[in-house]
Amino acid sequence: MSRKQTKADIEKEKQQDKGPQTGGAIRGAAGGKIRFDSDTGKLLVRLFSFFERKYVIRLCIVALCVIAAALISVRSSMFLGEVIDNCIKPMLIQSVPDFGPLKTAMVKMAGLYALSVVAILTRQLLMVGVSNGLLYKIRMTLFGHLQTLPIGYFDTHPYGDTMSRFTNDIDNIRQLVSQSLTEVFSSTISIITVFAAMLSLSWRLTLVVILTIVVIYFVSIGVGGASSKNFTLRQTSLGLINAFIEENLNGQKVVQVFCHEDKIKKEFDEKNEDLRRKSVTANSLAGILMPINASLGNIQYVILAVVGGYFAINGNGSLTLGMLASFLTLSRNFTRPVTMISQQVNSLVMALAGARRIFRVLDEKPEEDEGYVTLVPAEEKEDGSLTETDHVTGTWAWKYPHKTSGVLEYIKVRGDVRFFDVDFSYTPEKQILYDVSLFAKPGQKIAFVGSTGAGKTTITNLINRFYDIEDGKIRFDGININKIKKSDLRHAMGIVLQDTNLFTGTVAENIKYGKLDATYDEVVQAAKIANAHNFIMKLPQGYDTVISGTGSQLSQGQCQLLAIARAAIEDAPVMILDEATSSIDTRTETLIQQGMDRLMSGRTTFVIAHRLSTVQNANAIMVVEGGRIIERGTHEELLELKGRYYQLYTGNTN
Amino acid sequence: MLKRLLKCVKGYWFYTLVTPLLVLAEVLMSVLIPYRMADLIDKGVDAGNMDVIKSIGSVLLVYAFISMAFGILSGIFSAIASCGFATNVRHDMYYKIQTFSFSNVDKFSTAGLVTRMTSDVTRLQFAFNMSMRMAARAPANMVFALIMSFRINKKLPLVFLAVLPFLGFALGFIMKKAMPLFKKVFESYDDVNRVVQENVRGIRVVKSFVREEHEIEKFGAVTGMLKALSMKAERIVAINFPVMNISMYTCSLGVCWLGAKLIVGGEMTTGQLMSVMNYILQILMSLMMLSMIFLNLTQAKAAGDRVVEVLNEEPDIKNCDDPVMELKDGSIRFEHVDFAYAGGKNCLRDLDFEIKSGETIGIIGGTGTGKTSMVQLIPRLYDVRSGAVYVGGDNVKDIDLKTLRSGVAMVLQKNLLFSGTIRANMQWGKEDATDGEIWSALRLAQADGFVRALPGGLDYVIEQGGSNVSGGQKQRLCIARALLTSPKILILDDSTSAVDTATEASIRKGFREFMPSVTKLIIAQRISSVKDADRIIVIDDGEISGIGTHEELMASNRIYQEVYESQTKGGDFDEPQAD
Repeated sequence: MSRKQTKADIEKEKQQDKGPQTGGAIRGAAGGKIRFDSDTGKLLVRLFSFFERKYVIRLCIVALCVIAAALISVRSSMFLGEVIDNCIKPMLIQSVPDFGPLKTAMVKMAGLYALSVVAILTRQLLMVGVSNGLLYKIRMTLFGHLQTLPIGYFDTHPYGDTMSRFTNDIDNIRQLVSQSLTEVFSSTISIITVFAAMLSLSWRLTLVVILTIVVIYFVSIGVGGASSKNFTLRQTSLGLINAFIEENLNGQKVVQVFCHEDKIKKEFDEKNEDLRRKSVTANSLAGILMPINASLGNIQYVILAVVGGYFAINGNGSLTLGMLASFLTLSRNFTRPVTMISQQVNSLVMALAGARRIFRVLDEKPEEDEGYVTLVPAEEKEDGSLTETDHVTGTWAWKYPHKTSGVLEYIKVRGDVRFFDVDFSYTPEKQILYDVSLFAKPGQKIAFVGSTGAGKTTITNLINRFYDIEDGKIRFDGININKIKKSDLRHAMGIVLQDTNLFTGTVAENIKYGKLDATYDEVVQAAKIANAHNFIMKLPQGYDTVISGTGSQLSQGQCQLLAIARAAIEDAPVMILDEATSSIDTRTETLIQQGMDRLMSGRTTFVIAHRLSTVQNANAIMVVEGGRIIERGTHEELLELKGRYYQLYTGNTN
Repeated sequence: MLKRLLKCVKGYWFYTLVTPLLVLAEVLMSVLIPYRMADLIDKGVDAGNMDVIKSIGSVLLVYAFISMAFGILSGIFSAIASCGFATNVRHDMYYKIQTFSFSNVDKFSTAGLVTRMTSDVTRLQFAFNMSMRMAARAPANMVFALIMSFRINKKLPLVFLAVLPFLGFALGFIMKKAMPLFKKVFESYDDVNRVVQENVRGIRVVKSFVREEHEIEKFGAVTGMLKALSMKAERIVAINFPVMNISMYTCSLGVCWLGAKLIVGGEMTTGQLMSVMNYILQILMSLMMLSMIFLNLTQAKAAGDRVVEVLNEEPDIKNCDDPVMELKDGSIRFEHVDFAYAGGKNCLRDLDFEIKSGETIGIIGGTGTGKTSMVQLIPRLYDVRSGAVYVGGDNVKDIDLKTLRSGVAMVLQKNLLFSGTIRANMQWGKEDATDGEIWSALRLAQADGFVRALPGGLDYVIEQGGSNVSGGQKQRLCIARALLTSPKILILDDSTSAVDTATEASIRKGFREFMPSVTKLIIAQRISSVKDADRIIVIDDGEISGIGTHEELMASNRIYQEVYESQTKGGDFDEPQAD
C-alpha cells in the first residue's frame, strides 16, 4: 500500500545524503574526492551550538592550552640546535668550560616543559568532559525529538536507519569532537609556527620541505584515491556477503530441512572469495600509503641534510651547524602535522555526514497539536453537573474552554466515537479511506473485518490521531478530536496490538507501563483480568522476572496476555484491539475471552480481527474493502444479507 | 582461543610470517639513517667536506628507498595475509554453522550468528593486520634504536633507561585501570542501543500510552550512565599524553646535559648527540604505539572469543557410524518419547503412537503445547531426550541424515522464501526440476493460478523475506517447494493459516488424490483443516490427550470438543480472493 512510496522516499533521501550541491570540492588525502557543500559552515556552527554555555569557557581554556603546547613543542625542537651553537660550541674553545649558560638555558627550557605538561593535561581532562557532554546532549536532543515525531515518520523510515543514527552517526561525531578537533587545531598551530621557524632559519631549505610536501600530497591523493575507489568496491562486496549471510542464516532451518547445505556452501565460497580478492587490493593500497609517506619523510630528511650541508659549507656562514640541526628536527615536525590533518579530513567529512543525517531528523516537523480540550479527574454531583478535582476519582471529564464565548464546560468522558464522511490518504496520490461514517455508543463493541490492506488499521489510527484525516470529522464525546490535546486523547484510549512490543524489564514493570504509579495490587489485578496471573506466577521470579524486549522467554500468546494486562491497568474508556488475539490459538483465546470481556465491558471497543469467531458478539460489524465500509450490521443481519460477510463466513467464495 | 584462530591462517602462513620480517627490514633501514646521519654531519658538514656529504647522502638515499620497498611489500603481504585470514574465518564459521542442529542455532540466535560472522570478523581482521605490522614495528623500532644509540655512546642512552621504569609503571597503571572500565563502557553502549531499539520498534505503544516523557527519562538514565563511564575511562587514558611528554622532556633535558659534558670531554661529537636524541624520541614513540596496540587488542579479544565460541561449538546431531542409507517407507513410530529443549523442562512426555505409511494425520493443540516440537523429531531436527523415533522401521538416529531429511519434507511454521526467482526457490526442492514438474507442484499447492498472473510467471523475482507476495501466497509456494522433493513423509506445520478455507480444502483434496502413498502430517489451528484426516492427534501440554477420527474425538475428547466449540464455524479473512 504505502510501501512503494516509502521506498521512493528513502531513495530520495539517499540522493540528498550524497547531495553534491554547490560549493567548492576539496580533494582529501585518503578519501579521494571529498566534497564540502556550501552548508558545511552552517553544519559546523549548528554542531557547535550543542556546546552548552558552560563549556565555552572550558573550550577557550582548551584552545589556550593547545596553543601553548604547540609553541613550546616548536621551541623545543630548536632547543638542541641552540644549545649546540650557543653553549656547547663556545665551551669547546674555552680552556675551562663554563657550564653556566647551559644551565640557564636548561632551567628555562625545563620551566617551559613543565608548563607544556600542565597545558596538555588540562587540555585532555577538559576535553573529556566537553566532548562527552556534547555527545550526551546530542543523544538526548535526538531521542527527545524522536519522541515528538508523528507515526508517519516511523512508517516511512525503517527502524534500522534510525538506529544507525544513534550508533554510526553519533560515533563519527564523537571521533570529531574527542580527537580530530583538538588535533586539527593543534596541527594547524604547529604548521604555522614551524613554518615560521623554518623560514627564519633558511628560506632555501624551507623550499625543499615544501617540495617534498607537495610530492607527499600527490602520492597520497593517487594511492589514497585508488584505495578509496577499491574500498567502495570492497564495501559493495562486503554488503553482498552480509546480506547473503543474513538471509541464509535466517532461513537456516529451511536450508537444513531441504538438505541444501552443500549448495549454499558453494555459493558462500564464491562470494567469500570475491570479497577476499577485492579486500586484498583495497587493503594493499591503504597499507602501502603509510610506509611510502614515512619513506618520503626519510628521503626529505636526507636531502635536507645534503643541501643544508652544502649551504653550511659554501653559504658564508648564513647557515650554522646548530641551525641545520634545528632545521632537521623542525622539518620532521612539519611533515607530521600535515599528514595528521590529511588523516583527520576524512573523519571530519564523516562526522559532517553524520551530523547532517542527525540534523535531518531534528528538522523533521514534530506532531502538531493545537488541542486545548484536556482530560481532568472530576466529581459528579447529584444533579449531574461535574466539578474538577485534584485527585483521581474514577470519573473523568473533558475540560472544554469555549474559545468564542469563554465559557468553561465540563463534559463527562463516556467513550462515544463518531466518524462523519472521513476521507484519508497517506500520500496525495493514493486515497486509502473513502467516506467512512460510523458511530460507537459508549460501551459498544465495534468490529472491523476485511482483507489485509483494506484499511481497518488505518481507521483506528485516525481515532487516536496517529494520522490526521483529510476530510470529514471525528467526534469523541461530541468534541471534534482536533480540539482535544493529543496526549489526553490517547490517555482516554487503551490499545493492544498484534506486535506486543514489550520492554526489557520485569513483568511488573511491563504491566505498569499502562499506569506508571500503579501499586503491586493493581498490577496483579490487571494480570488477573488478562488471565496472565497464572503463568506469571509460574515464572522463576514471578512478577519480578526480567524479560527481554522481544519476550524471547515467553510464548507469543503469553506476550500478548501481558500486553492485554498492560492495557487493562490503564483503565481507559475506549479500547482498540488490533489483531490482539491472532497469535493465540482459539482454545486459549476462549480461556482469555473472559478476561477480554472483562476488559471490554463498560468500554467502547474497536476490534480488528482475523477470525470471525472473535467478533460474532459485536454490536456492529463493519466489513471494510478497498477503503470503504461495504457492509455493516450484527452477525445475524450480515448473514441474512448473504453478501461478502456471508461468503467469508461460510468459506463459500463462489 | 588464539590456537583455534591461528588455524585459520592456513594457506597464508608464508605471508603472515614474512610480513613481520619485511617490517623488521624496513625499520632497520630507517633506523640506520639517523646513525649514518651523524657521520654526514660530523665528517661532512662540520669538517666542511662536500664529497663526504655527497657520498654518505647517496648511501642514505639508497637506504630510504630500500626501506620504502620493504614497506610497500609489507603493506601488500599483510593485506594478503589478513584478508586471507578473514576469508578463512568466515569460511570455517559458515561451514561449521551448516553442521549445526536447530538447538545449536537456537543457542546463538540467528542475529547473534550474523553479528559474529560480519562485524566480529571484520574486527578480528583489523586486529590481525595490526598485530603483524605494528606489533612487529614498535618493538623492533625500539630495540634497533636502543642498540644504535648504545653503539654511538655507552653512557648517553642510560638517561632513557632511567626514565623507563617510570614510564612502564605509568602505562601499566593506566591500562590496568582503563581496561575494565572500557568493558563497562561497551556494555553501557549496548544498553543505550537497546533502549532506542525498543522505543523505535514500539513507538505505537509509546504514543498510545503517552509515555514519551517516561521513555526520555529511561533514555536519560542509560545515556547518563554511558557518559559517566566514558568520562571515567577517558580521564584515565588522558593521563597517557602528559606521561609521555614528561618522559620525552626529561630525556631530552638529560641527554642535553650529559651530551654537553661528553662533547666537552671529547668523548662525543655534536652529530652523534643529534642522532642519539633522534633515537630516543623514536623509542618513546614506539612505546606509545605499543600501549595503543594493547588497548586495541583487548577490544579485539572480545570479538575473537565470540568467533571461537561458534567455531568450537559441537553440533549435537551427527550421523552415526554406519548409517542406514534408505528410507523403507513412510511409517512413523514414537516409542515413549520425552523431549526438552536445551536445559529446559520436558515439553513432550511419553509420546507413544504409530502412523502407517500413507496415512493422513491431523494434529491439534493449543499454542505452546508441543505440536511443532513433536514433528521436528521426525526429520531429526532435534534429538529426543529419551525413548526413540522410528521412520520406515529404523531409529532416526541410525538413518543417514541426508537420506532422512530428503525423505521427510517439512513446511515450517515460520517459513521463508529466498530472494531470487520463483523457479530458483522451487528448485530448492529438486535441483534439476523442469518447468513442467514445478507447475504440477504449484498446481497441487493451488499456487499455479496466482503465479501465472505474476509478471514473468516462474521468473518473477521474490524479494528478500518474500515481502512482495502475500502471506497466503508465500505459504502455498512453500508447500509447492516441499512437494517437489517427492517425499515419503510430508509435514505441514500450520502452513495454511493464511490460506482461505476453500483453497485449503482444494489443497487437501489434491493430496488425497495425487499422493496417496505419502504419509501426511498436518498441524492446524482450525478443526476444518484436519476434520477429514484418517486420524487426529490431540496434544495438550506435551502429552497426547487423544487419537482418533473426528467423530471419535467429538464423542470422547473434552479438549477436542472445546476447540471445536471455540471455532464452531467461521472462516478466515485474509486473502479471500487471492487467486
